[in-house]
Amino acid sequence: MRPDVNDAKPRRLPRQRPRRPQSPRARRLISLLGTPLTLSRPAARARLALVLGSALIASLVLAPDALANFIFPKSGGSPNANAISSLYRITLYIALVVFLIVEGALVYSVYKFRAKKGAAAAQIHGNTRLEIGWTIAAAAVLIVLTVVTFIKLPSIINPPNSDAGGLVLSASVTEPTPPNGQKLTVCVTGRQFIWRYTYGTDCLNHAFTSRLPYSYQEMVVPEHTTVVLAIQSTDVVHSWWVPSLGGKVDAVPGYTTYTWFKVPHTGLFHGQCAQLCGTNHAAMTALVDVVAPDQYRTWLGRQQQAIQASNSIVGPLRTILTASGNLGDT
Amino acid sequence: MSTTESTLRPVPQVIAHEVLRPRQTKRWLDWVTTTDHKKIGIMYLVLTFVFFILGGVEALLMRLQLSVPNNTLITSEHYNMLLTLHGTTMIFLFVVPVMAGFGNYFLPLMIGARDMAFPRLNALSFWLLLLGGIVFYLTLFFHPPDAGWWSYPPLSEALYSPSGGQDAWIFLIHITGISSLVGAINFYATVVNMRAPGMSWGRLPLFVWTILVYAILLIIALPVVAAAVTMLLTDRHFGTHFFDPTAHGSPILWEHLFWFFGHPEVYIMILPGFGIISEVIPVFSRKPIFGYKAIAASTAVIAFLATLVWAHHMFASPVPVVVLGFFMLSSFLIGVPTGVKIFNWIATLWRGSIVMTTSLYFAVGFIAIFVIGGITGIFLAVFPVDWQLNDTYFVVAHFHYVLMGGAVFTVFAGIYYWFPKITGRMLNERVGKLSFWLMFIGFNATFFVQHALGLSGMPRRVYTYQPGLGWSTYNLISTIGSFILGVGVLVTIANAARSFKHGKVAGPDPWKGNTLEWYTSSPPPANNFDVIPRVRSVEPMRDIRRQIERETGVTQKTGGSERFVRV
Repeated sequence: MRPDVNDAKPRRLPRQRPRRPQSPRARRLISLLGTPLTLSRPAARARLALVLGSALIASLVLAPDALANFIFPKSGGSPNANAISSLYRITLYIALVVFLIVEGALVYSVYKFRAKKGAAAAQIHGNTRLEIGWTIAAAAVLIVLTVVTFIKLPSIINPPNSDAGGLVLSASVTEPTPPNGQKLTVCVTGRQFIWRYTYGTDCLNHAFTSRLPYSYQEMVVPEHTTVVLAIQSTDVVHSWWVPSLGGKVDAVPGYTTYTWFKVPHTGLFHGQCAQLCGTNHAAMTALVDVVAPDQYRTWLGRQQQAIQASNSIVGPLRTILTASGNLGDT
Repeated sequence: MSTTESTLRPVPQVIAHEVLRPRQTKRWLDWVTTTDHKKIGIMYLVLTFVFFILGGVEALLMRLQLSVPNNTLITSEHYNMLLTLHGTTMIFLFVVPVMAGFGNYFLPLMIGARDMAFPRLNALSFWLLLLGGIVFYLTLFFHPPDAGWWSYPPLSEALYSPSGGQDAWIFLIHITGISSLVGAINFYATVVNMRAPGMSWGRLPLFVWTILVYAILLIIALPVVAAAVTMLLTDRHFGTHFFDPTAHGSPILWEHLFWFFGHPEVYIMILPGFGIISEVIPVFSRKPIFGYKAIAASTAVIAFLATLVWAHHMFASPVPVVVLGFFMLSSFLIGVPTGVKIFNWIATLWRGSIVMTTSLYFAVGFIAIFVIGGITGIFLAVFPVDWQLNDTYFVVAHFHYVLMGGAVFTVFAGIYYWFPKITGRMLNERVGKLSFWLMFIGFNATFFVQHALGLSGMPRRVYTYQPGLGWSTYNLISTIGSFILGVGVLVTIANAARSFKHGKVAGPDPWKGNTLEWYTSSPPPANNFDVIPRVRSVEPMRDIRRQIERETGVTQKTGGSERFVRV
C-alpha cells in the first residue's frame, strides 16, 4: 500500500516489513511477478533470466506457425508478398529488441526509483556523451533498416520471369516487365463499387476495339505466370489490394499504376478495396482465382463467347429500342 | 505591463491579489467578454472536452457496429459520416485546440507574463473555434460530411459528395484554421516578447518551447490546407478543376497539399504533449530534466523534419520510387529526435525519487504507449512494408497509439498536474489512478489487437465485414476494450466535476513544481503576479524555495509530496 499524496490526513510512512521465510516455490512465483526485493540474490536473478529467456525463445520459435496471421502480413501467394513479409520480419525483430530495451528501462526505473524514506534524487542535468551515444545508436538501427529495405526492394518491385509450367506468352515493352519480357497483362479498373478486369496485352489502349474479354469482381489467371496489373479508376480513388499477392496500389483517376504477382499454385485469394471510395466501400471486394494455364485458356474462350453472345443480343435489341424511341436521346 | 524585480518573499504564501473588480456584474457576461488568458484557457479546455466526448461517442458507435460481422446496427452511409465526424472532431476540435487551451492558461504563467501579447485576438481565436465547431456539428441536422477526414477528391467533389456537409467540413477547416493561426501568432509574440527578466532561451520551460514550436508549425502548415480546401470549394461550386481528372486536374495534387499540412499537424498535436511530459516527469522524479538542451533541440529538429515527411501517407499513390525512398529516409530521421526525447525522459526518471502521482502515472503510461506507436511508425516508414499495412487497421492502431495513447494521455497528465492550479483544488488521486488503469487497459485492449487485424487484411473504414476471415474475435476484443477506455475517461470527468467543488484545497504549490505558474495563488488572480522574480535557471521555483530555506532555515512545506522526499 503506497501512501497517497491526496490524503487529507497524514498517514504513516510504509515501514520495511520484516522478511518472512518463504518456500522456494513461492519465491520463484514472486520472482516471476517481478518483485525486485526477492531478486537480490544472484542465483534467483539467473533463474529468472533463464525462465524469461527460454519463454522468449520458445515464443519466437513457435510463433510463426501458430500466429502467422497475427504478427506477420499475409504472404505465400506471390514472391513480392513473400519479400515484403520477410522485410517486415526483419523490421519486427529489430523493433522487438528496441521495444524490450526501452520499455524495460522504463519499467525498471519506475519500480526501482520510487520515492522512499531517506532516498534523495540524483541531481543530474544531463550527459553529452550519452546524448550523442543514443542519437548514434538510433541512427545506426535506422541505417541498417534502410540498407535491408533497398536490398529487398528489387525483388518486390521487379517482376521475375514466368516459370516453365506457366502460360506461353509473347513479349511487350510498354509496362514494367520481367527480364525476358514475357508476361500476362490484366487491366484492373476500379469504379464505385466493383473491380473490372480486362485480359490482354492491349487492354490499356484497345480494350474495346480489340474486343478483349473481361470479367467483374473475380479475376481468373494462370499459375506459374507473371501477371502484370495495370490499374486505373474511372471515378474516385480506389486501392487495389489482395494481401497474399503483394502490397496495395492506389487506383487514381487520371493515372495508371502497375503491380504484378506470380502465383506458384492454384487457389483462391481474397482482397478488397482499401481506400474509402463511398457508400459501398466495404462491399468492393476482389477475388483472384488462380487456375492451371489450360483451364485459364478454356475459361478465357468461354468468357469471350459469352460476352459476344450477349453483345449479339444487345445489338438488335438496341436497334429496336432506338427505333421505338425507348432508349432516350442516345 | 512592466515587470518588476522582486525581493523574494516566503513562497508560496504569496503573492498576488485581486487588482481589478470583475468587469461585469453578470457572471456569464464576464465569461463571454473576457480577454483574460486564464478564463479563455478554461473555456478552451471545457469546450474541447465537450468535443472529445462527442468524438468519443462517435468512436464507440463505430466500435459497436464492428463488434460482430455483418452487423446491421449502423448503415454504411451513417458509418462513413461517423468516421468523418470522429476524425475531424478529434483532430481539429479536440487535440489541436486542447493544447492551445493548456498553452493559453499556462504559457503566460510559466514565463511570468500577466497575459498574452494580444488578449483580444486570444478571445477571437476561442470564439472562432466555437463557431467552427457549431458550423460543423450543425450538419448533424442535415447531411454530415462522409468523405473521411482527409476528404480525397474526386470523392469529395460535388459529383460524388453533393451534400452541403462537405462544404461545412471545408468551412470548419477555414474557421478553426484562422482560430489556430491567430492563436499561434499570439503564442509566438508572447514567448518572444514577454518572458520574465532573466528567462533567456536556455531557461525557457520545455512546455513553452513546445508551444513555441507548435505555433511555428501551425503558421507553416495551416495556410497550405486553407489553400487546398479553398481550391476544393471552388472546384465544387465555381467551376474550377484543380482536382478533377476529367479536365486534367489531379487528385494527387490534393494528396500532396493535404498531407503537407497533415503531417506537421501530427506533430502539432503531439509536441505540446511532449512539453507537458517534460514538465511533469522532472517534478515528480524530484530531479532536473535530463538533457534540457537535447529535448529543446530535438523539438526544433522534429518541427523541421515534420515538413519533409508528408508523402509517407502516399506510398501507395502513383509516386516514383526515388520519392518513396526519400520519404522513407526522412521518416526514419524523424524517429531519431523522437527517440532522443524518450531516452531523456527515462534518464530523468533514472535515479530519481519518483512520487507516484496520477499525473506521473499518465506520463509513464504515455511513454510506454508512445514507444509502441513510434516503433510501428518505423514499420510504416519502410515503404514496401507500408504497401501491405497502409490503409489497414495496422495504421489505425499506429496513429491511435501516437495520438490517443500519446497525445490524450499527455492531456490527462496535464489535467491531473494543473487542475489544482486552475481550480485551487486537488483532483482525487485514488479515483485518478482508477481512471488511469481503466484507460490504460482499455486502450491497449482496443488498439493492440488492431495491429493483428491490419496484418490479417482488414482495411480501415469498412462498415462491416464477413465472418470467417479471422477478424471477428479481434474486433470483439477491440470493442470491449473501447468501452473500458470510455469508462476510464468518464471516471476522470466525474472526478473533475466533483473535485471542482469538493476537492482538497491545493494551495499555491502542491507538487513542489519547477516553473513560475506555482509562484502565484491557485487559482491565480487576474494579474497573475504582483511581482515577477528574476529567473536564474530552468527551475525558478526550486531556486526560490532554496533561497527561502537558506534565509529562514525552514523546509518549505507544500502540498503533501514532501512527506516522501527532501529536495
